[in-house]
Amino acid sequence: MSEKTDPKIKIEARGVEVFYGEAQALHGIDLDVNANQVTALIGPSGCGKSTFLRCINRMNDVIDGCRVNGNIAIDGQDIYSAEIDVVELRARVGMVFQKPNPFPKSIYDNVAYGPRIHGLSQSREQLDHIVESSLKRAGLWAEVSDRLLASGTSLSGGQQQRLCIARAIAVSPDVVLMDEPCSALDPIATAVIEELMEELRKDYTIVIVTHSMQQAARISQRTAYFHLGNVVEHGATQQIFTNPQNQQTEAYISGKIG
Amino acid sequence: MTEFRQTEARKAQLAKRYRAEYRFKAFGIGAICTAGLILLFLMGSILISSLPAFTQHYVTLDIEITERHIDTQNLANSDWRGLARTSLRAQFPEVQGRRDKRALGKLLSIGASDDVRDYVLANPSSLGTKIRLPVTLSDDIDLLLKGVIDRELPENERVVSNQNLAWLDKLVAEDRISRQFATKIFTNGDSREPELAGLHGALVGTLWTLLVTLLASFPLGVMAAIYLEEIAPKNRLTRIIEVNINNLAAVPSIVFGLLGLAVFINFFGMPRSAPLVGGLVLALMTLPRIIIPTRAAFAAIPPSIREAAMGVGASRLQVIMHHVLPLAMPGILTGTIIGLAQAAGETAPLLMIGMMAFIVDVPSDVTAKATVLPAQIYMWANNPERAFMARTSAGIVVLLSLLLLVNATAIYFRKRFEKRW
Repeated sequence: MSEKTDPKIKIEARGVEVFYGEAQALHGIDLDVNANQVTALIGPSGCGKSTFLRCINRMNDVIDGCRVNGNIAIDGQDIYSAEIDVVELRARVGMVFQKPNPFPKSIYDNVAYGPRIHGLSQSREQLDHIVESSLKRAGLWAEVSDRLLASGTSLSGGQQQRLCIARAIAVSPDVVLMDEPCSALDPIATAVIEELMEELRKDYTIVIVTHSMQQAARISQRTAYFHLGNVVEHGATQQIFTNPQNQQTEAYISGKIG
Repeated sequence: MTEFRQTEARKAQLAKRYRAEYRFKAFGIGAICTAGLILLFLMGSILISSLPAFTQHYVTLDIEITERHIDTQNLANSDWRGLARTSLRAQFPEVQGRRDKRALGKLLSIGASDDVRDYVLANPSSLGTKIRLPVTLSDDIDLLLKGVIDRELPENERVVSNQNLAWLDKLVAEDRISRQFATKIFTNGDSREPELAGLHGALVGTLWTLLVTLLASFPLGVMAAIYLEEIAPKNRLTRIIEVNINNLAAVPSIVFGLLGLAVFINFFGMPRSAPLVGGLVLALMTLPRIIIPTRAAFAAIPPSIREAAMGVGASRLQVIMHHVLPLAMPGILTGTIIGLAQAAGETAPLLMIGMMAFIVDVPSDVTAKATVLPAQIYMWANNPERAFMARTSAGIVVLLSLLLLVNATAIYFRKRFEKRW
């Protein structure tokens, strides 16, 4: 993979600590995420990678007893500062979840929901256009263009996940967070979504949590290895997978632990 | 693979296990059957004893609508009763003497005069002609004809005298007695005369009361549930509120009646016996029964739906209004309708606010004096006339049918709005 040596930094995390009540889930995370790259967060279960991901669009805010310390800046702006409206933030930082979770509405309404609540379209034609282009970019248009009014939940698992991706990109976010988006999918559907990510990173910055090291190796440009609430090692994916500096990382990647 | 061996000890253990399972199943089936039989017996006995109330015997009389008996200028206040009795006496020219004539007149219900009046008012062309019209018989005669009163009893043990029997037999022989569906039970208000007493007033009273209950408890209950489940922080205060709502559901309903008397009637000066007060009292009682299932419906919405909505930047209110509330609606409606059904069957709280009263008129609005179905049933059950027994059962049948209808509506709404995800 030939990346430019000095890409623009999109997300800058410094000393991020997360507490669930008394329990500390993250112990001071420092991590930079480059723009227009796929950054993979790997590590064993319970290591805090999903928690960190959810900090980036402040999804942890709604969990009772959850407290976040430290700084996360997107394009240099602290997202935990008082001026930031969390709703605006989530429109800029879209999210795709582990389990496909389309709304129990039509395919059209699933994609149109975000643009509607943010007032991104002035007319029906404009909305139609957003829906069509989002579905096209999510690689789903060909399969659903003739049944846009069918329920989103009637699609197959892989289609549902692509619908969720279309829904996330319909509001034109800068960053797309993906929390194990392929864990509920078969290898064929996974391959489709992985191809899609390669395509999407031209326009978006992607952070993905994955349990599949092969997936991390295939799709990401940078990888961070989490262990017990710390980032043990991060760097270019190629380097992490071929020449890990840390013993723990090496053990995890080679399958000795995990 | 090891051999699947069946030692004697193992076989005995197995047989014991099978027997235990069989016994358990038998107990379960036994319990269901017992409950079913009791229910069947209860329903059957109520239904059978209610049947006489749904029909009524009439005697067909030849009635001359002439100036001799009625004042054509003032039809509403004419002597219709005299006309009905005179027409009956015309069938029995042999009956002479004041006492016998009076006794003969007693065959007819007081409502017989209304039958004649209503017919003439509806058909003004009958004025000055002779008409054949079935008019209502009195409750005792009606019961005798239905076989509820045994005519073989000695005269001093039965309500209908031998003289009455003889007259009645003559009317039967002349084919003047007919049995028809008793529409009066649905069209009349309450009455002291069983054959004239109807449920119309109580039904309308129940509807007004439930309307007030719905309007007062549904918005309050749903708003409270939304706030507690979706918005309120989970702290000590909200936990105390939560526990108390659950306790409220267990408060004896008569306490709400006392509260209603003290607050709505004595303090706010609202009218007694009015559906407005009754509805508000029942709303207090229904509130926890709406809040609890509504919260349960909210809690049952998968968190993935909320996350999905928040993930595209929906505000908290938008998450609730666009996603959670519509998905929770079937549960909310079911809870509300079942809460209302319980309120519809409630009597105790209404005792205290004067809705357990003899009210003849059909209430015209929520401040008019009214009674409700269960109260009407209780009052009929307290009446000494035998014919009220069947009326009481009929009232129960109507109340149960109403509740069945309401619950069927609840099921319909649940199916109609249910969405899968």
